[in-house]
Amino acid sequence: MASLREIQSRINSTKKTSQITKAMHMVSASKLSKAELNAKSFNPYMEKIQEVIGAIAAGAPDATHPMLESRPVKKTAYLVITSDRGLVGAYNSHVLKAALGKIRERHTSKDEVVIISIGRNGVDFFNKLGYNVIQSVIGVSDHPTFAEIKDVTREAVGKFIDGEYDELYMYYNHFVSAISQEVTEKKVLPLTDLSSMNSTASYEFEPSAEAILEVLLPQYAESLMYGALLDGKASEHASSMTAMKAATDNAKELIDDLTLSFNRARQAAITQEITEIVGGVAALE
Amino acid sequence: MSTIKVNIVTPDGPVYDSDANMVIAVTTTGELGILPGHIPMVAPLEIGAVRLNKESSTERVAVSGGFLEVRPDQVTILAQSAELAEDIDTARAIEAKKRAEERLQQKQGDLDAKRAELALRRAMNRLDVAKGKI
Repeated sequence: MASLREIQSRINSTKKTSQITKAMHMVSASKLSKAELNAKSFNPYMEKIQEVIGAIAAGAPDATHPMLESRPVKKTAYLVITSDRGLVGAYNSHVLKAALGKIRERHTSKDEVVIISIGRNGVDFFNKLGYNVIQSVIGVSDHPTFAEIKDVTREAVGKFIDGEYDELYMYYNHFVSAISQEVTEKKVLPLTDLSSMNSTASYEFEPSAEAILEVLLPQYAESLMYGALLDGKASEHASSMTAMKAATDNAKELIDDLTLSFNRARQAAITQEITEIVGGVAALE
Repeated sequence: MSTIKVNIVTPDGPVYDSDANMVIAVTTTGELGILPGHIPMVAPLEIGAVRLNKESSTERVAVSGGFLEVRPDQVTILAQSAELAEDIDTARAIEAKKRAEERLQQKQGDLDAKRAELALRRAMNRLDVAKGKI
């Protein structure tokens, strides 16, 4: 049996760890509610864009734009949203596993794939496996503003238009609730499901439907990516919250066990001392 | 005088939500004034100022592109960024202008030059709007 002092020091260190994880749990909880708010304030923007695109698709179905055209796929880009740090439970491994699984299923050669990664974990993961990471963003804040990732989204759309890749998929954790996040795959480019957006409004296009698509579609694709990032961030905070809660609970359980064995050891020591004293006294008589 | 509802929305959330007598925006084909009861319309915007005329005052908002959606009773402007004149951080805009000018001078490739030029235009637009020049 471990000595009293050893058990005591384990209890103390576990207690300290649990204090930290408890604090992190509360920090994540407050970040989560802020992230949910952010996602909510982004919604009206997205809805409006979808409405107008739907109206164009319905009102001028023959309008064309490079971003709407499916072309033979030679190269595919994958945008993967992960976190920068760990301590977020299975958040990163889920999304990375899903993305890697799909990539391996669809492509035989690594040359057909390029990776755009938001978050340090994704960058490290794909670099290690020898994939071509063409863009990476590290250090996105907890509550990202659109300006923070504008350059990346613009470049991602630009490279598609320039023909550097022919498809763009994104992988992220969709926030369902505080205890459940789902890995989601979404095809961003080419934009194919425009006609499915229902819109009742009909508009005059000034100067033309094409000219509007020219402005609207890049803006739409970039918003899709930003929306995914906000969603991913909410999931990250939720996941971190759950992980820290579990860690705190486990620490508490461990402390209980340790305290029990500490008391046993203490009791054993006392009993032993008494036996020794009694034995000593008996020997003197 | 009748009014029209004006919403300015960016990815970071709504920026402006109020009523105005007239909305004047710079579209790619020129300046456009919208009064209540306008037919439904969509038009792309230039980097520029949106002016909102009210009873006794005019409010200015700096927008960086995006587009404008008009309905008879409502105008919605969707831009990637938009700032009310009084919210513009002039020091930051001056800083951004300097940076863009430096990058333009260095001239590294077409793409960078184009980007720097756009950044310069956005910065100058914000400065102009903040000073109330346009």
